[in-house]
Amino acid sequence: MIVNEALTLSAILFVLGTFGVIVRRNAIIMFLCVEIQLNAVNLAFVAFSRTMGIDGQIFVFFVMTVAAAEAAVGLAIIISVFRHYETVNVNHFNLLKW
Amino acid sequence: MGIFASPLLQEAVGEAAVQGAGAPFEPFLPGLVVLLPLLGALVNGVAALVAARRSAEVVRGGGEWTLPDHRRPLTHRIPTWVGPGVVGVAFAIVLVNFFRMLPVELHEPVVVEYWTWMSTGTFEVAAALQLDQLSMLMMLVVTGVSFLIHVFSVGYMAADVGYPRYFAYLNLFVFFMLVLVTGASFPVLFVGWEGVGLCSYLLIGFWFSDPEKADAGKKAFIVNRIGDFGFLVAMFLLFNAFGTLNFTDVLGAAPEVLTYGGGLVTAVTLFMLLGATGKSAQIPLYTWLPDAMAGPTPVSALIHAATMVTAGVYLVARTSVLFALSPIGSLAVAGIGVLTALFAATIALTQYDIKKVLAYSTVSQLGYMFLGVGVGAYAAGVFHLMTHAFFKALLFLGSGAVIHAMHEALHHTHKDWDPQDMRNMGGLKRFLPVTWITMWIATLAISGIWPFAGFFSKDEIIWSAGVAARGPYAAFYSIFWVLSLAAAILTAFYMTRLMVMTFHGGNRTGEEEARHLHEVPLTMTVPLAALAVLSAFGGWINVPERVHESFLGLFGGLPMSEWLHHWLEPVTAAADEIRIEHLGPVAEAAPFGGGEVLWAVASTVAALVVVLIAVAVVRRRAIVPAVEAPEPSAGIHRLLYRKWYVDELYDAVIVRPVLGLSRFCWRVIDAGIIDGLVNAAGNLARAVGWFGSLFQTGALNTYAFVLTLGVLVILGSLVF
Repeated sequence: MIVNEALTLSAILFVLGTFGVIVRRNAIIMFLCVEIQLNAVNLAFVAFSRTMGIDGQIFVFFVMTVAAAEAAVGLAIIISVFRHYETVNVNHFNLLKW
Repeated sequence: MGIFASPLLQEAVGEAAVQGAGAPFEPFLPGLVVLLPLLGALVNGVAALVAARRSAEVVRGGGEWTLPDHRRPLTHRIPTWVGPGVVGVAFAIVLVNFFRMLPVELHEPVVVEYWTWMSTGTFEVAAALQLDQLSMLMMLVVTGVSFLIHVFSVGYMAADVGYPRYFAYLNLFVFFMLVLVTGASFPVLFVGWEGVGLCSYLLIGFWFSDPEKADAGKKAFIVNRIGDFGFLVAMFLLFNAFGTLNFTDVLGAAPEVLTYGGGLVTAVTLFMLLGATGKSAQIPLYTWLPDAMAGPTPVSALIHAATMVTAGVYLVARTSVLFALSPIGSLAVAGIGVLTALFAATIALTQYDIKKVLAYSTVSQLGYMFLGVGVGAYAAGVFHLMTHAFFKALLFLGSGAVIHAMHEALHHTHKDWDPQDMRNMGGLKRFLPVTWITMWIATLAISGIWPFAGFFSKDEIIWSAGVAARGPYAAFYSIFWVLSLAAAILTAFYMTRLMVMTFHGGNRTGEEEARHLHEVPLTMTVPLAALAVLSAFGGWINVPERVHESFLGLFGGLPMSEWLHHWLEPVTAAADEIRIEHLGPVAEAAPFGGGEVLWAVASTVAALVVVLIAVAVVRRRAIVPAVEAPEPSAGIHRLLYRKWYVDELYDAVIVRPVLGLSRFCWRVIDAGIIDGLVNAAGNLARAVGWFGSLFQTGALNTYAFVLTLGVLVILGSLVF
């Protein structure tokens, strides 16, 4: 069944994205990893919609829209952080605690 | 004054008219008598606040606020008229009421009700005034003497920056005192009782910037609290037994409800006595009164001699039925009274501060009043209360005049001597002739010399004590009788000593100072003269019948005989009946034989002899000014000079342990345990917070890791 393969790929992508967010220090890479996670989820939605109706595909459009908006905001933040610190290494901006 | 025209009042008056069957007694604006001094206090209080704000402005600007010599500010001119004015008008209204009551045969008190003060369950207290012979007499004394002292104060306090504040307090005091003597129930009386205590505190500490004087005020207040505890317990016991606290109800029902000599009535009277010892400065709670002399001298005259301190005597006289029902309670009253009379008199023998002598003398005379009401001679006790108000107020005002003159003279030459120390005075009769003569009249009166006021009142009390020695507890009353005679002799001695040291002999103030000694102004000498007249003739209203018929009463030539006795009869009749029922008719002889006239003659002759001896002894003694005088070293003299070390004893036995306990409660219980618990709760929250904050690294990757872990845990728990 194609669904099984699609779901396996989705799981692998999601784990890769999660792993990337946890281990990488570069903010842009971390951002890309989040995008990978989102798209892994999208893949799972599309795969499921094959057996469970159109809802999953509609949800994918929503996720893509929000992801686009989030990408715009997130990249803007990263750029302004870079202007301030001249780096995008997250180890250098850890002031927001306690 | 809407309230006086209210239908409530008219109803009450109508009821009263029914009560006093026969010719009705119609009270004339009794509420206004009480209210006027309160209004005066308000007006003067506003003036005081304005003056205080103004002086604060000047002080903040770096200046010193003093009164201008030429034209005093409005805030100081208003109290001059309002202060004595309201009391004077109140006195006039009381006089009208008195003359309306005089021809009426009034057997039941007239109760004027204004509104319901509190009503809880079956307990109801009305804001009501009770007008009867006793409260009328007290109102006369309080407003009359107050008026004279207010007038005196106008001169005495003229130079004080706190002038309006002084009159505000003084008027407030008169208000509360009138509430005390006219209240128709125990709670209303208690309001006055506490109020006069408050005013006493405020006026003792009138010059509060001196910590010693502020402390004296606190001492008076705290010592009085102990007595108030007794009064409150007595009230609770009475309410428990009667279900009401109105005088007419309680006293009317007392003979049926309470058994003669029973435990309850004894407890009530003893607790009430505790309250009375606090307010009236009797053993063991007398120590506050001598310290209360820190206040201005007219205050000492008004509050700590003539009126407030007699509240205890008034209370016993008012509840005479209860005391008559309790022979032990009465014995305790008489015993404490006579012991205080003698004890305070011994201390007065050695004091050098003119006001301290008078303070101990007051304590001693109050002891006589307690002896009087304790032996069942309620009218005699109240009689001595009245004459004492006259001559003691006069003595205090006279000493005030002396201090005023001394203070000005010493102030002129910037000598820092104590203006109250009699060793610094001497020979003042040349400079203060009016004060000198009037004070001698008061001295003869208090010493019990015929025909001055004190002779008749004191003699009646001593005689009554002798008569009581023929009844039960004869041994006790015989001792009381002897002690009261001894105290009378001491009284004559210490008063003469005071007069001689102050007014006779050579002048010790110094030559330069002597040139600045002047008689005090007219506002001060006129009240002195008025009180001197009352001290001289005030005793004639209650001359005992036998004395009246003898040569001491000019063979019946004195205008009145036993008038006060008859006047107070409706008030004391119930108590007298109980005493006669249980003790038998009153005996008419002293324990060691001799009639009333014989003992009267003996006592006045003894007093006169003591006065002459005292003059001779004190005049011969070499007195040096206080700064050169050594501390008394000889045993008994030093013991008396140090006031029997009672203050030291109380300090060691009561004050220090209480302070120690308070400190323990503060340091260990409050700061240690209670604060410890609160702080521990705070510290715990902080520790948890600190531990939690360890997870806040600020590193995004960590957060992502923890988030993932969390999701895994939740998902895992859902799956398995």
